[in-house]
Amino acid sequence: MGVGLSLSWRRIPERYTLLGTKCDNCKINYFPTRKICPKCRRKGSVKDVRFSGKGKIYSYTLVTSPPTGFELEAPYILAIVELVEGPKLTTQIVDTKLEEVKIGMPVEMAFRKIQEEGEEGLIHYGFKFKKVRRMTSGI
Amino acid sequence: MRRVAIVGGGMSRFGELWSRGFRDLIIEAGTKAVEDANLHGDEIDALYSGTMAAGRFVNQEHVAALIADFMGLNPIAATRVEAACASGSVALRQGYMAVASGMHDVVVVGGVEKMTDVSVSDAAIALGGAGDQEWELFMGATFPALYALMAKRHMYEYGTTEEQMAQVAVKNHANAAKNPYAHFQKEITLEDVMKSKIIASPLKIFDCSPITDGAAALILMPLDKAKKHTDSAVEIIASAQASDAIALHSRDSLTELKATKIAAKKAFEMAKLKPKDIDVAEVHDCFTIAELMAIEDLGFFKKGEGGKATQEGKTALNSEISINTSGGLKGCGHPVGATGVKQAVEIMWQLRGAAKGRQVEDPEIGLTHNVGGSGATCCVHIFKRA
Repeated sequence: MGVGLSLSWRRIPERYTLLGTKCDNCKINYFPTRKICPKCRRKGSVKDVRFSGKGKIYSYTLVTSPPTGFELEAPYILAIVELVEGPKLTTQIVDTKLEEVKIGMPVEMAFRKIQEEGEEGLIHYGFKFKKVRRMTSGI
Repeated sequence: MRRVAIVGGGMSRFGELWSRGFRDLIIEAGTKAVEDANLHGDEIDALYSGTMAAGRFVNQEHVAALIADFMGLNPIAATRVEAACASGSVALRQGYMAVASGMHDVVVVGGVEKMTDVSVSDAAIALGGAGDQEWELFMGATFPALYALMAKRHMYEYGTTEEQMAQVAVKNHANAAKNPYAHFQKEITLEDVMKSKIIASPLKIFDCSPITDGAAALILMPLDKAKKHTDSAVEIIASAQASDAIALHSRDSLTELKATKIAAKKAFEMAKLKPKDIDVAEVHDCFTIAELMAIEDLGFFKKGEGGKATQEGKTALNSEISINTSGGLKGCGHPVGATGVKQAVEIMWQLRGAAKGRQVEDPEIGLTHNVGGSGATCCVHIFKRA
């Protein structure tokens, strides 16, 4: 898709660590970050907040006709995940079979490669989400 | 505010028009509209043109000046309007406000998109600009995928079925087959839709509107002048627009477009009408699920009952309410910047009784509903036989 180096760099805190915004006036969380609370605007007191990476599936689809840059990944599960802190985000679901995916299913953040710009271009990393699994081995 | 009327309109054929360029299409539509209005070019004093992504599709920006130049309309004020797939209706609204305010007397409103000069994948990138590039498209979303997320949630919350969505495509292809301007000229069956290739589950290729070239144009003037000019004027009795979050995930609900509900409420208040007063409507069916949500959000059917109503044939030609007589975006095609203007041209023809082969019986009131992206812009217009 070819986005610029500096654009990608500016987004690292949000894409790598789920950095968002909390409005202390409205007590509402937002992802990605916002400079102005859309609800109370200038009355708001917005500050950075790091989300836990826990959430549940709000809706999902299996993308079989991928956009440029995602050809090798198709088919892949794309979802809207609702974080436990409230905000929703668009993300891929990985390490999870399609048959397992259900609306309401608990998921957690995984750090993954999102896309690369050809053989010599930038590699973009960020969050994807996966099914929460209980440990079954005796650790 | 002055009352505003449409006194002429026209459109190019919609389709994959390999032999025709951006300029050819809009000049054809514009010339047809001017001739239909029985005007001389000297009488026009402003131009508004809806175009979403000419820079991506044909490497050309500054297209309003280009259109004025090639239509021979210099030196009038020429303004491009962009609101993704709602560019056309937002251009119409700008033209409406210019005439209503008294700033301009005779305005030409155009809408055009030439989409097939680039590959399908490049067209998809251009259309992706209607969403949130950094937080939706970057993650691997496509426009079919965004509407699939709405469809999946609508199925979850209301029990809507894939067959109900497919019925929208069947109905709109049936209407398109009666419209000589439509991209698709063939009827399809429920089985054709259900067996077609999956793009983003549950949406299949026949749930999606196509990539289309085309243009449409309208001539607006004050109603009192219009009546001296023509006996087939159509009055614009409401024009309303609303905005919502650019990213689908930032909205409270995935099963309604809040911008549609707000724009519709404002439009019905302005027209002093109710949804049941509408005889014919062109709604934004970029995907079949979008038509189901639109007929619910516009108030024609209760939330969650759009699929059932469609399955029962209540939205077919000359039924309870005739929805998308042109074939809609699905059947007539979706040259993104042109769509909002084309919808108004279809309603103009319907109200004049000139929609040959697909004419609604004696309609008095028509409505258009045009959406940008996944719902961040919505524009609703209501029209009445003058």
